[in-house]
Amino acid sequence: MFGLGKRDFTLFLLVAVLAIFAPFILNPFPTDSAMAQFNAGYPDLMQRFVIFGILAIGFNILFGLTGYLSFGHAAFLGVGSYSAVWMFKLLSMNVIPAILLSMIVSGLFAVVIGYVSLRRSGIYFSILTLAFAQMSYNLAYSVLTPITNGETGLQITLDDPRLLGVSATADGGIPVTNLFGLEMRAYETVTMGPWEFQFSVGYYVAAIIMLASFYLSIRIFRSPFGMMLRAIKSNQNRLYYTGLNAKPYTLAAFVISGMYAGLAGGLLACMDPLAGAERMQWTASGEVVLMTILGGAGTLIGPVLGAGFIKYFENIFSKINDQVVHSWVSFLPDGIEDFVVGIIHPFVGKGWHLTLGLMFMAIVIFLPGGLVEGGQRIARRLRKRDGTKTETSTTPAE
Amino acid sequence: MDAIILQILNGLDKGSAYALIALGLTLIFGTLGVVNFAHGALFMVGAFCAVTLSRLLSLSHQVVDETRTDFLGKPLKVDVPYVMDIFGETTGAAIIDWAVPLAILFSIPVMIALGVIMERGLIKHFYKRPHADQILVTFGLAIVLQEIIKQVYGANPIPTPAPDVFKGSLDFGVLMGFDPNAIIYPYWRLVYFGFAAIIIGAVFAFLQFTTFGMVVRAGMADRETVGLLGINIDKRFTIMFGLAAAVAGLAGVMYAPINSPNYHMGMDFLVLSFVVVVVGGMGSLPGAVLAGFLLGILESFASMNEIKAILPGIDQIIIYLVAIIILLTRPRGLLGRKGVMED
Repeated sequence: MFGLGKRDFTLFLLVAVLAIFAPFILNPFPTDSAMAQFNAGYPDLMQRFVIFGILAIGFNILFGLTGYLSFGHAAFLGVGSYSAVWMFKLLSMNVIPAILLSMIVSGLFAVVIGYVSLRRSGIYFSILTLAFAQMSYNLAYSVLTPITNGETGLQITLDDPRLLGVSATADGGIPVTNLFGLEMRAYETVTMGPWEFQFSVGYYVAAIIMLASFYLSIRIFRSPFGMMLRAIKSNQNRLYYTGLNAKPYTLAAFVISGMYAGLAGGLLACMDPLAGAERMQWTASGEVVLMTILGGAGTLIGPVLGAGFIKYFENIFSKINDQVVHSWVSFLPDGIEDFVVGIIHPFVGKGWHLTLGLMFMAIVIFLPGGLVEGGQRIARRLRKRDGTKTETSTTPAE
Repeated sequence: MDAIILQILNGLDKGSAYALIALGLTLIFGTLGVVNFAHGALFMVGAFCAVTLSRLLSLSHQVVDETRTDFLGKPLKVDVPYVMDIFGETTGAAIIDWAVPLAILFSIPVMIALGVIMERGLIKHFYKRPHADQILVTFGLAIVLQEIIKQVYGANPIPTPAPDVFKGSLDFGVLMGFDPNAIIYPYWRLVYFGFAAIIIGAVFAFLQFTTFGMVVRAGMADRETVGLLGINIDKRFTIMFGLAAAVAGLAGVMYAPINSPNYHMGMDFLVLSFVVVVVGGMGSLPGAVLAGFLLGILESFASMNEIKAILPGIDQIIIYLVAIIILLTRPRGLLGRKGVMED
């Protein structure tokens, strides 16, 4: 269906259903309960889930298929954000032109950076992309201040021309980003008994774009082009000997993945019209790598899972403070309670990066295939326990 | 002329740090074939060794000083470091003052132990895995080390002063016949450069003139044959990892007075050090040192106002720009060996 195989279509449908019903699924706890802090169904976080999902899907097209590990993808994210905000400043607050421009500009950047970086492979490629990203970051902070507004970050103001829109709203405020009048920040709260669900316009716009990108990525994975990229990963020399030039294919993959990153950056700016240079820092590039590896590089669903996982824990883990931990273990005797809290303390709240680092190391060491491989292993073990005959490695070697 | 000398001098201390870190990175890469993204974190841990020692030395207890009174007229309580109790007042004060140089002795065993634990506990299992996996796991380790330091010491930079003797600046210009105050250079940076030169010399001498170093060099050239000759090359490579960690740590210890240690200083240096290694040539020790000093000096030249007036922002990107040009024109780097990391 839609040119997808049966299994892919099921997968796509699953993701679509999850995305559409996310406001319900991510809000399983009643608003007043103690567990409400684990709810992730508020617009801001849900938007980030899908936007970083797009970023990771795009990164996976490069890293998962061709094996080229780019450490500079954040540059495209930043470029996308800047171009989107400029579109808001100059043209109108409609998100469509902003997203288009961010994709075009980041695509152009990707062509230039990719053309140079792809002349080398392996770790040299990683270092080259890293160098380009750091260059963009440093320039955005210093010389390009007229374009990027330096440390303050690029924002929309009341004096912007906005040729097709208005500089200021009737009551003198700064206009908000919208899709033909639908405001991105608008949301509807539905109360059902003790539960509250929020349906945000911005989230659904981003989710639809995410689904479209996901669909495109499935098509790329299954296309002859995707096969070509996989061939590059497994043995580039053999490709050369068969008389094929791998370079145009890798460059195409790099540009596609850069445009995905630009799209994600543009969407970030659509949800919150602000672009800062720190989005281009290499730690941000590292985060994308983390997401993709954590979920499972080279798999379709992995990057989306990884992005959701990291963004969820970033928000939830960092909210857990000592009081919360105390309330969990309050059934213990006082001395032991303090001891347990003391042990948990470094891993939650502000220290959640420590947990992330440990988790990431554990994944790389024990589960190189990421969460997806973990799921497959569990499924296989369950199947074994059922006594049914185990399938012998149905997953493609990637 | 004096401006040029000043910039060269300015580039030396940063160049020394780059060279030392890149030397360690190259040692690890050349021996074990592992791309170590946690090397910057080792540099940072070294700097915090200095912080730890200076805190340990100034551990103190309160004593009532009968001769002085506070503003209420009561006898004044003063903090007396334990070191002063043990060694007497003047020697104790001198020991506290010299905390950073003393931290060199303190950090060597710490860093070697850390390096050996890292290699045996983690990196050993990654020899056969692809480079991407090595990058990722050491990147994770770097995050973990960095966060542990952040939790113990907080997120703010911790000033760690050099001994009082080195606090001033040397008027270099007078020595060379220029006007006074034309070229002023802090003593400590001079010390840092000298220290880096000694360490680099020591590492090279160790590899060149000892039997152990000879075996290690043979192992770098052909690991399998050395193994077949009945030499336990793994053990020696582990020790080399410890040594590389110690070099990074020492670079960090001595850098503490130049730049107050904070938890992300390792990451800041790591990216640049990798660029240095690549420019110098993956696996080439002299290349790493040469490229370290070269890039350090280039960076300080690029930050001259005269050059910034022609090419604004060049100081921010010069290192990366050089790296890109070198990688595209001389893919093996300045002094790279044939057959290392080529695919």
